[in-house]
Amino acid sequence: MTESNTEYATASRSKFKKIDMSKIGGHEGGLRAEELPCCLRVTDLNLFYGPAQALRSVNLSIPSQRVTAFIGPSGCGKSTLLRCFNRMNDLVDGCQIKGSIALDGEDIYHRSVDVADLRRRVGMVFQKPNPFPKSIYENVAYGLRIQGINKKRILDESVEKSLKASALWEEVKDRLHESALGLSGGQQQRLVIARTIAVEPEVLLLDEPASALDPISTLKIEELINDLKDRYTIIIVTHNMQQAARVSDFTAFMYMGKLIEFDRTDTIFTNPAEKQTEDYITGRYG
Amino acid sequence: MKNSFQKFFASGTPWIWVNAGAVAISIIMTVGLLLLLAYNGLGHFWPKDIMLAQYSQPVSEGEPLVREIIGERVNSEVVSAERIISSGIPVSADQPYHERELVKIGNRDLNDSDYTWLLSDYLSDIRYPRHLTTFERREWGHFYGYVKEVHEAGATVAVSDPANEQDTAAWQALQPRIARALALHDEIAALEKEEIGEVNYAIERLRLQERALELRGEATPEALAAIAAERAQWDAQYEAMQERLNALHEASERDTVVMLAMNDQETAIAVSEIVRAYQPNAMHLGGKLATYGSKLWEFLSDEPREANTEGGIFPAIFGTVVMVLLMSVFVTPFGVVAAVYLREYARQGLVTRIIRIAVNNLAGVPSIVYGVFGLGFFIYFVGAEVDQVFYPEALPAPTFGTPGLLWASLTLALLTVPVVIVSTEEGLARIPRSLREGSLALGATKFETLWRVVLPMASPAMMTGLILAVARAAGEVAPLMLVGVVKLAPALPVDGNYPYFHLDQKFMHLGFHIYDVGFQSPNVEAARPLVFATALLLVLVIAVLNQLAVSIRNRLREKYKALDM
Repeated sequence: MTESNTEYATASRSKFKKIDMSKIGGHEGGLRAEELPCCLRVTDLNLFYGPAQALRSVNLSIPSQRVTAFIGPSGCGKSTLLRCFNRMNDLVDGCQIKGSIALDGEDIYHRSVDVADLRRRVGMVFQKPNPFPKSIYENVAYGLRIQGINKKRILDESVEKSLKASALWEEVKDRLHESALGLSGGQQQRLVIARTIAVEPEVLLLDEPASALDPISTLKIEELINDLKDRYTIIIVTHNMQQAARVSDFTAFMYMGKLIEFDRTDTIFTNPAEKQTEDYITGRYG
Repeated sequence: MKNSFQKFFASGTPWIWVNAGAVAISIIMTVGLLLLLAYNGLGHFWPKDIMLAQYSQPVSEGEPLVREIIGERVNSEVVSAERIISSGIPVSADQPYHERELVKIGNRDLNDSDYTWLLSDYLSDIRYPRHLTTFERREWGHFYGYVKEVHEAGATVAVSDPANEQDTAAWQALQPRIARALALHDEIAALEKEEIGEVNYAIERLRLQERALELRGEATPEALAAIAAERAQWDAQYEAMQERLNALHEASERDTVVMLAMNDQETAIAVSEIVRAYQPNAMHLGGKLATYGSKLWEFLSDEPREANTEGGIFPAIFGTVVMVLLMSVFVTPFGVVAAVYLREYARQGLVTRIIRIAVNNLAGVPSIVYGVFGLGFFIYFVGAEVDQVFYPEALPAPTFGTPGLLWASLTLALLTVPVVIVSTEEGLARIPRSLREGSLALGATKFETLWRVVLPMASPAMMTGLILAVARAAGEVAPLMLVGVVKLAPALPVDGNYPYFHLDQKFMHLGFHIYDVGFQSPNVEAARPLVFATALLLVLVIAVLNQLAVSIRNRLREKYKALDM
């Protein structure tokens, strides 16, 4: 763990005392992932960066309208797997993918798939807030303008709706046309979430969305994830196990490019099936 | 244990001193250069007092001749007696060094040259009479002397006694006449340049129309008759204007002034020849400042006279600025598009590396080579083709197949495009990957990401490239001599005749002007201060153009403040 994560862990422990098992996700009484409607199905996925293999035969089905967390030590391939879902790995030279990923039953790596369209349906939020050097309003409206929507009324509505959904509206409603770079890190990250949900995606990919933020901002992001999960399928990569425990319904533990275990979050944290998972969760390595 | 010297060395203090020293020397040299240019160049416009003195230079045999000297003291130097003796003046060798001064005696129509060296020791009886007068003339340079008589249409209207300092009757009578002659001169210039120029342009256009009809085989009698009718109309207008012009010329030649120059030479000068008249010895500081201001303004805003040694350099300033702006318009899009392709679209590999190396090397090619290329490719090849296709009626006189503004701008754009490519590429490389990914993740295509996020953020880097390009292009002279610059352009490249912006015209340039005035001028002494003044102006023009680009860049930087990621 990095230093800031350690600090954060200490801070959050003092707030939550210890991991409160009653608060761990999976509120609908023990339904397993396979029993829920599937949003993304990963079948026998292998990924190579040049000669190096980053993912090894991953099989996984992500349930719809739930929060799924990917945990694992650095370099285990969890971010790589996440970036497969909106084909961000296409941008990496020498990246080769074998196997398939289906979004609502359709293979997203099929030749006929429009990548821009796919990314509109599968939104992504990155580790560090990356607002564009434009106004707050233009940041949120960006995705819509890309789609050719320039009617002020529609944009206004969408900007307000998205900022409200990302719990940022009250803080910025009087300065929508000021630069987004004037916002704090936590506000910027919520702005990026607002920007992503403005294009109404089906899936939200969050790549360590709180790792660059302070504890208060982290808390806000976590609350936001809780609010959003009714409408979106959310996949979150995190280094922070308390965070995974707090926000997710399902958790996947990955190690060395392999998916070791995938189950309900409470099961993973209280009664993991694999020894490796247990070692990682109890902090014996990683 | 380190000794104190090692400690001193390790502390970095000596390096700080060395660095500070280097900065100080650079600043002192730059400021010194500007001060030198300003002192030598701007002093030229100050109305200096006119000296009246007796001069009797020793001669080898017989009595020394006493001459009267009227003129401006320009500067002085110390010369060894030996050198003076070897030039034929038998000064005494007891005194090893003699001071000699350069005096501008003007009156080139009466004397051989308008500068002379005098030995200070033999100058005597130096006075500054208040009624000594300076004329700046359209021809023959300055005139120094006393105003004696003023004639109007042959009749004497005012007389002054040159010996009497208080008698200003003729000088007073001269003032309104000079003002009148200047007004008439302006009118003549306007008539010649604008109205007659327009008629000439129209007649030339008709000639080309007729020729075009012939070339296309459409020269029917009706068409020719129509052209002839129109030409007759213009010819009639031309006749009328010519008559007006003659009348104006006649009117402006009404007055003459009789002047008494040094050594009692008397000469008559037409008032229409006078550009400016003043009596510096009688002027107070305020009056001198006003004259200085008007001379400086003339330098900045007027056209050159007398083989570029008098008058202004406005056409050169205008030509330099227009050419640099035109070059910017060509070089920016071209360089940016090339850099975007190289950095964003081309597959990075051996070929792109070779192209990059080639581009960097292009920046080091001597500029005269670009001049030769511009002449061979743009003018003789492209220009000739353009003439064949678009201006066949004007042939054999070339339109674009000859050096001109367009080709000069394009040649300089080619010369500076590597700079823009390199700095734009650097700017593109600096845009954080996360921002591109952020845009792509929202469903933007690569092009949309480039257009909406990457290029705006890289715009300060493009401006940096443009700043470097402007700095290089504005000071470049060698290639321009081959592709469009002339020592005296008859007209500005922008005027009131359609299409208003004449890209095919030759133009004047400050850098070339310095070369021309300094090294090709028949009157070296008169030209020297103008070289300094023009050099100062060139530096200022480049500074202003650069400052313009820098302020645009700073505004862009503020707008697209880089994120620290």
